[in-house]
Amino acid sequence: MAEVKLHGFWASPFSHRVIWALKIKGVDYEYIEEDLSNKSELLLKYNPVYKKIPVLVHGGKPIPESLIILEYIEETWPENPLLPTNPYEKAMARFWIQFGVDKGPIFRAFFLSTGGEEQEKAAKDFLEVLKTIEEQALGDKKFFGGDTINLVDISYGYLAYWFKNVEEVIGIKLLEPSTLPRLSQWVQNFIEVPVIKESIPDRDKLLAYTRRIREKLVAEQLKK
Amino acid sequence: MEEENKVTLHGTWFSPYAKRVELALKLKGIPFEYVEEDLKNKSPLLLKYNPVYKKVPVLVHNGKPIAESFCIIEYIDETWKNSPQLLPEDPYKRAKVRFWSSFIHQQLYEAMLTVMKAAGEAQGKAIKELLEKLQVLEEGMKDFFPNGTPSISNRNMGILEIMICSLLGPYKLQEEVIGIKIIGPEKTPLIFSWLTAINELPLVKELAPPQDKTVALLKFVRENALKSSSA
Repeated sequence: MAEVKLHGFWASPFSHRVIWALKIKGVDYEYIEEDLSNKSELLLKYNPVYKKIPVLVHGGKPIPESLIILEYIEETWPENPLLPTNPYEKAMARFWIQFGVDKGPIFRAFFLSTGGEEQEKAAKDFLEVLKTIEEQALGDKKFFGGDTINLVDISYGYLAYWFKNVEEVIGIKLLEPSTLPRLSQWVQNFIEVPVIKESIPDRDKLLAYTRRIREKLVAEQLKK
Repeated sequence: MEEENKVTLHGTWFSPYAKRVELALKLKGIPFEYVEEDLKNKSPLLLKYNPVYKKVPVLVHNGKPIAESFCIIEYIDETWKNSPQLLPEDPYKRAKVRFWSSFIHQQLYEAMLTVMKAAGEAQGKAIKELLEKLQVLEEGMKDFFPNGTPSISNRNMGILEIMICSLLGPYKLQEEVIGIKIIGPEKTPLIFSWLTAINELPLVKELAPPQDKTVALLKFVRENALKSSSA
C-alpha cells in the first residue's frame, strides 16, 4: 500500500482532526511535526498556496486543508464510515461542517476579544452559534453522527478541548451545562471516545500554547 | 405522488450562488421549478427551508431542502449520476477540485467584492491583491489544462467551470464597472481562454441575465458601498 504521511503541528486542532480520522480508519501513517516558525521545504512544496499544516501525503501526492483531507480519507478508506451513505443525510452533514467554517470569524472574534463592549458582543455572537449547533445540528443525539462519531463531530471536535482553554484564557465560560446542556453532554461523550482521548495533547501544555498564540494574534491585530 | 422527484430551486437572478446550482441542474438536464425570491420580502417557504441562514439558493428535492451551493452541487452529482460528472471519480482528483473550488469561493469572491466596493488607494490595494490571487489560480489551473487551451463542452463542464463561471463569467461587465482590466490573454492566458470557452456554451449564454441589468446592479452595489464608506 502507498505510504501515508501527515505534516502537522502538535497544538493545531486542524491537525488533530486528521489524526482522529486516520486512527478511526486504522490507517498507518508517519507523522511529521512541523516547526511553524521554520517550515520545512517539503511543506512549502506540498502546500504552495497556503503554506499551512495539515497536509496529508499519500503515495507522494499532497492534500492540504483539513476538511478536504477528511473527505479524501473517507473516500479512500471506506471502512468505519464517517459520513452517511444516503445523499440527503450526507448533504446535511456537509451543511453542518460548512456552518462551522462559516462561523469561524465569529470564533476568532471571541478568541481575540480583549474586553468591554466588543468582548460582550463577541461572546454573545458565539454563544448564538453554539446554541444553533446544539439545537439544530446535534438535537437529542449522542453524537452529531448518531450513536458513533462522524466527520461532523470531528469538525466540531475543537469545542471539546481547545475551546475550554480559550474560555480559561479569556475568563468567560460559554459552553457549560446550564447554558448548553446537550452540547456539554456531547463534549463529555466525545472526549471519552478512545481514539480522541488518546490523541488530545497535554492540557497544561496546550493551555500555555493557547495563551501564547492569543497574545501574538492580539498584538498583530492591534498593529493593523 | 406529486412530491416524488420534484425539484425546486429558490434563487435570485443576481445571486452567483444560485447561478451555480442552476448551471448544475441544467447541465445534468434535471427538470426543475425555479422560484425567484425577493430578498426584501422572503417567502415563508424559504424561511422554512433555510431557517439557519434564510438565504438563497435552496434546492428542494422530494420535499427535502438543502442549502449552501457547495452542498447542493455535491448532492446533485451524487443523486443524478448521468453525465456530466461534476466532480471526478478519483479521490485525489476530487480533493484537488475541492481545493480550487474552495479557493475560488473563499479567496477570489472576497477579493472581487473588495475591489467592487472600494475606491482610490483602497481600491488600488484591493486590485493588487485580486490580481495576485488570479495569478495563483492561473498557476493552479495549469495542472488541469496541461495543454494550455481548455476545450469545454456540456459533457465535460464540472464544478470548477461552474465556480469560475458564476464568479467571473461576466468579467467584461465587472471590468467596465470597476474601470480596470483583470482578465486578459497576456496576464491570465489560461483563465482567459477557459472563460471564453465556457461563455461560448449556449447553456451558459441562456442562463446569463441581460447585460444591462447586471451592469446596473454592479453599479448600484458599488455606489452604495462607496456612499456608506464615505458617510
